[in-house]
Amino acid sequence: MDNGHKENGQRELGSVKVKRGLAQMLKGGVIMDVVTPQQAIIAEEAGACAVMALERVPADIRVQGGVARMSDPGLIREIMAAVSIPVMAKCRIGHFVEAQILQAIGVDYIDESEVLTPADEAHHVYKHAFKVPFVCGCRNLGEALRRIGEGAAMIRTKGEAGTGDVVEAVRHARSVLGEIRRVQQMPDEELMSYAKEIGAPFELVLETKALGRLPVVNFAAGGIATPADAALMMQIGVDGVFVGSGIFKSGDPARRAKAIVEATTHYNNPEILAKVSENLGEPMVGISVSSLPASEQLATRGW
Amino acid sequence: MRIGVLALQGAFQEHVQMLQRLGVAAVEVRLPADLEGLDGLIIPGGESTTIGKLATTFGLIEPLRQFAQQKPVWGTCAGMIFLARQIGRDQPLLGVMDIVVERNAFGRQVDSFEVDLDVPALSANGSQPEPYPAVFIRAPRLVEARDGVAVLARLADGTAVAAQQGHWLATSFHPELTGDPRFHAYFVRMVAGA
Repeated sequence: MDNGHKENGQRELGSVKVKRGLAQMLKGGVIMDVVTPQQAIIAEEAGACAVMALERVPADIRVQGGVARMSDPGLIREIMAAVSIPVMAKCRIGHFVEAQILQAIGVDYIDESEVLTPADEAHHVYKHAFKVPFVCGCRNLGEALRRIGEGAAMIRTKGEAGTGDVVEAVRHARSVLGEIRRVQQMPDEELMSYAKEIGAPFELVLETKALGRLPVVNFAAGGIATPADAALMMQIGVDGVFVGSGIFKSGDPARRAKAIVEATTHYNNPEILAKVSENLGEPMVGISVSSLPASEQLATRGW
Repeated sequence: MRIGVLALQGAFQEHVQMLQRLGVAAVEVRLPADLEGLDGLIIPGGESTTIGKLATTFGLIEPLRQFAQQKPVWGTCAGMIFLARQIGRDQPLLGVMDIVVERNAFGRQVDSFEVDLDVPALSANGSQPEPYPAVFIRAPRLVEARDGVAVLARLADGTAVAAQQGHWLATSFHPELTGDPRFHAYFVRMVAGA
């Protein structure tokens, strides 16, 4: 056999395929919020497929209030050095300079996140301009396809971060997946006015219909606090889950983190779900979303 | 023919779809009992630490090693890491294939890339095949391949990125993310010939 190398092609970096491709490698996994390198190591040890490096988890942002910004790049670097799995970090909606800084540090994914205080109340970051891939939140199909149109390589349904209440994650996932099912049933002549109605790029509505799913990976986020919550979202039909405050605001983070990872893999196996849900200690206390005033609901941020 | 795809975490659905495109029955493997009656197995891309931990917790390591002794197995990216004998750090591995692999060998996600690769083994009739569109995502590389391991593809700088040792196949890159089924067809031929 000829093992000698031939003249191969040039490497293409930052293509749509490699940006979306990393999200495909995260599928079936759990992405965990961490605020220190020690927490990142606990998350990796528990089987997280990636971590989100933050200064404060959403539950603390809620309590402490004030303007929530991109985390200290020094902290993000420490977390990147502590683990071998991908590290994500958040920038404010529309804050493309925070995004430039995160790209310069070399984070693996940028979350343009409603959990931070928006920097622009009309525009999101033009994400095609970056080599680093972006994940963005959505509450419905129109919002998801607008973000993909701007260059998002991964979508997460928003839920209501920092509450430990899964109800909004369910609402948003059902909304996106239900609208995709509707699009699949629509005759082609109805797609243009539907695209107009939901404010989505027409070409992406066509692509969604053809694929029968979003053109990018779609995780659930916001309020997932137990193994059963994670399995619920997987059975509803998302590709994986983000767990924010739910792990490190609970009584036994290492154990709960491992249980949520196992539940995400075996989401269709109630015997295993029962076993991994035993003796996890106290869950995060949580806030019922229905008790939150509209002004404190983070999911309404994003345009 | 039934080919399993290890479905603990990662891009297993993409492999299932590729196999179905080739008319092969694909089975998701999450527990040891799922290996029953399979003719071959694909270990997909994903996070190798996650896959290794889940395989350990659910008692899959030994059954997978035994399966690999008898049947063809192909690892892509994280799957290649999982097959390797040594990776220079402590994490659960099957350790069946006589290769040394370095994780994240090209850098972080900003360094992920696509490249056209010459893979002579993909030739159907002895002529030079069209280049294969290879997708590398936080990819590992082959640092060392012992006797009996054939390197199937190299980057222009000589880095080894695909190898075969008997009925074991390993690729640094992700044929499941391309529309090109030639690598899957190659593995299906390995399974058929085993």
